[in-house]
Amino acid sequence: MSALPPDDRPRPESLTDLFVSFTLLALQGFGGVLAVVQRELVENKRWMTREEFVEDWSVAQIMPGPNVINLALIVGGRYFGLKGALVGLAGMLAVPLVLVLAIALVYSQFAEHPGVAGALRGMGAVAAGLIVSTGIKLISALNTNVIGWRWCAVLGLACLVGIVVIRLPLAYVLFGLGSVAFTLAYKRLKP
Amino acid sequence: MSETLTLNLGMADWLQFFLHYLSLSLLAIGGAIATIPDMHRFLVDQNLWLTDAQFNASVAIAQAAPGPNVLFIALMGWNVGMNAGSVVYGLLGITLAMAGMLIPSSVLTYNATQWGHRNRNLRAVRAFKQGMAPIVVALLIATGLILASASGKSLDHWPLWLLAGVSAVIFWRTQLHILWLLAVGALLGWFGWI
Repeated sequence: MSALPPDDRPRPESLTDLFVSFTLLALQGFGGVLAVVQRELVENKRWMTREEFVEDWSVAQIMPGPNVINLALIVGGRYFGLKGALVGLAGMLAVPLVLVLAIALVYSQFAEHPGVAGALRGMGAVAAGLIVSTGIKLISALNTNVIGWRWCAVLGLACLVGIVVIRLPLAYVLFGLGSVAFTLAYKRLKP
Repeated sequence: MSETLTLNLGMADWLQFFLHYLSLSLLAIGGAIATIPDMHRFLVDQNLWLTDAQFNASVAIAQAAPGPNVLFIALMGWNVGMNAGSVVYGLLGITLAMAGMLIPSSVLTYNATQWGHRNRNLRAVRAFKQGMAPIVVALLIATGLILASASGKSLDHWPLWLLAGVSAVIFWRTQLHILWLLAVGALLGWFGWI
């Protein structure tokens, strides 16, 4: 949602580039695509900064619908308008859909194999670690936040406790803490 | 699958199927995963279009496979169609489920984003982005912790926690490719070491 980056910043060259990039991202995302998206778009391709990524992710998260799909719509739409949004969406879904169907077709024959169950368990643990790691990396994007690091810490800890310890429904946490955070930020920004 | 279903679905059933996903789309705040309880009620308990085993396998496969986890919706559509008797119905099920799930939320997200971009200097828009940032960053960490505890929180599972922790540190501190980490996790699991 931030302004278009200046011209010297890397950006997708074409709709094909966008489609291929998102397809490759999606295909690396075992157990969730988010960790890959952050690393590829921010650290490798440098299409966006950490701050911009957190901004876009906030929108993707608060809007209904699958988060990474929303993010693909937002990033694609930023560069190429409606066409870009649709191509981003297609890139994220088309090839992975064919692959997941193929896996579903062979799954029933291997589901009982202890090695397969173990491998899935191991990959699940790694994927969980990668998501935590992505969150930790993005903490640095909060340095310039207008509400200050103390409030960032308070809100962040409240969110962690609400979701992990009390297991509140996500919508309560997002809208409850979100309205506190919005008010704090609104007061601190100049009109 | 221990039990199998043979369905005879008419136009009205498919329409109801599509409308149900349409209605769930805008409720999927925090992702399609948030609608799983309702989907189970609709597909398994109420209409008997899917078996419990098919439902659970759809979620598990989509989570393990590469790609967005929302593809579990496509797998459910596929399984309903296959229960109705043919690959053509399977493809119809995928199309209706995914279109229903994605169209309302995508239209809303796209338009809201365009609006936000045009009004990016508005105080409220800037306050939203600044305010939400610490919450969504913490939410990522929370999501990872919940996923890590999915196979059990007891101390018996310490090797899994250790693996998750070591992966997190390596991913944070190095540029090692994500697929190497996943491959190590898969191997450790395959040989039963974790």
